[in-house]
Amino acid sequence: MLEIKNISKNLDDFNIKDISFSVNKGDYFIILGVSGAGKSIILEIIAGLMEPSSGTIFLNNKNITNEKIQKRKIGLVFQDYAVFPHLSVKENILYPLKKSGLEKKEIQNRLSQLADEMSISHLLNRKPDTLSGGELQRVALARTLALNPECLLLDEPLSSLDIQLKNDLRGLLRRINKKGQTIIHVTHDYEEAIFLANKVAVINDGKIVQIGTPEQVFKNPKTKFVANFSGIKNFFKADIHTVENDNIKKAVINDKVTVNLFTEANSGNGFVIIKNKNIIISNQKPNISAMNNYQGIIADVLPAKFGVEIIVDIGILISVLISADTLEKYNFSEDKNVWISFKASSVKFLHG
Amino acid sequence: MKKIEPVNLIFAFLGGIVLLFILGPLISMFIASSPQEILETTKDVEVQNSIWLTLLTSMGATVVFSIFAIPLSYLLARKNFYLKNLIIGIIDIPVVIPHSAAGIAILGFISRDTVIGKAASCLGFNLIGHPISISIAMAFVSIPFLLNSARDGFSSVPVRLEKAALNLGASPIRVFFTISLPLAWRNIISGLIMMFARGMSEFGAVIIVAYHPMITPVLIYERFGAFGLKYARPVSIVFIGVCLIFFILLRLLSKDRKNA
Repeated sequence: MLEIKNISKNLDDFNIKDISFSVNKGDYFIILGVSGAGKSIILEIIAGLMEPSSGTIFLNNKNITNEKIQKRKIGLVFQDYAVFPHLSVKENILYPLKKSGLEKKEIQNRLSQLADEMSISHLLNRKPDTLSGGELQRVALARTLALNPECLLLDEPLSSLDIQLKNDLRGLLRRINKKGQTIIHVTHDYEEAIFLANKVAVINDGKIVQIGTPEQVFKNPKTKFVANFSGIKNFFKADIHTVENDNIKKAVINDKVTVNLFTEANSGNGFVIIKNKNIIISNQKPNISAMNNYQGIIADVLPAKFGVEIIVDIGILISVLISADTLEKYNFSEDKNVWISFKASSVKFLHG
Repeated sequence: MKKIEPVNLIFAFLGGIVLLFILGPLISMFIASSPQEILETTKDVEVQNSIWLTLLTSMGATVVFSIFAIPLSYLLARKNFYLKNLIIGIIDIPVVIPHSAAGIAILGFISRDTVIGKAASCLGFNLIGHPISISIAMAFVSIPFLLNSARDGFSSVPVRLEKAALNLGASPIRVFFTISLPLAWRNIISGLIMMFARGMSEFGAVIIVAYHPMITPVLIYERFGAFGLKYARPVSIVFIGVCLIFFILLRLLSKDRKNA
């Protein structure tokens, strides 16, 4: 559907180099990278706000590289929302609809539908300077979605929101995507990639260094940069179960492994994340207070930037990070039976 | 009691002298004229006509030239082009040249033997001594105020908002009228008021292109020359009063439009 081919952009102090990727209809494509990696420039080039120095962009097989911004059918939500300060929320949402050729009644229907979807019906007559960051974000989304863009571009949409708002908006973005909206979202937060994306591109210094599903990218990082940047390999889809009279919840991964954790969620599915530096590995069952203890077999031993990474098969593959000294001292090697342990508090759950 | 910094005291004293310098002559002028004299002057038809003429010619100059000045301000604020800095310099020329010289330049531009003068003759009137030439002289010396203020206004509108509007499918002209212009409106209004006020108070350039019909600054000069200070003072007071009323009214109006 959207195909970016060999896009480069030479700026005074920064270059985007030979960016290529394709996004299919309905994809949630996340471009992940640190600040200054060139993520926003890619979005601006796709939206037509910036011209590429070379390369082409195809949307539904049509070359749109030199197409006017207003004709591209690509909606961009800016990082700071860019809600028009002199117009009310309603006027902001109506802005793209006014000259759309739709009839008045259709425009009104679209307005109420969008306001309902974004839960901003009660804000329609308010001016932007009276709204919170989360509300502004929803207004910007409603306004951009008003024209049914072929592709929705989101520039760090969750970066300036607090945790509760982040969770709400993450859910909203997911719902929008599930309705069939193609989304390209840039972020520096790997959790957003794990939670939302079906495809991830990691960008570093103006270059894409890896593209794939979140599993491919995080579990098999092709470069050290990707490995170090995310630092996260133990993430799994899981179902949450509540045990009566217990504030510790249980997450079941692949119907095979049950993990104890603290979360406010009582049920439903989501993702479990366990940082590999928080896992202890030992030859015998440890006598410690950690609530999660599993016996498994070492599947692999790999060198890492800091120390050694051990992959332990406990029904699922778990990555553990230890020092080279520890490896030598305890003689961990492939096919060896070991125990791994981690605290319930070191398990993070992202609700689905 | 909160201690006052000596430096602030010195600055306040120096600033006070500036305020006194502005207000002193004006206040002494008001004190020197009796209310009866001022009342008589307001009834003087010649004074009334000259005030109306001054207001209308300055307003006409402001409205007509804003149609050309506002788009130029937008271009200067938003686009980079060859000789842009030269154009910015040209805009400020009327501020730095003597206004009598500006009047001479305009006179040469609109006199009967020029293209513009001949065109006016064909239409049956002579630009010299015509209210249009008064407006042209007023606009010449006052247009930098509008151009610079509007340029500042457009520069202060975040480019991002214009890009967002384009991204929402708006044409560049719609973006200009619905985003850039309303958001720069306060500066533009302020520039229009300054241009109008500056035009009203112009003397040097106007007297060269049109002694008659008389705008109020010329009338004040004429009364001073013919009858002396005593007769020029009440006209000055009435005209200053009118200027202040307009200035205050327009400022209040622009405040109401701050969210426009």
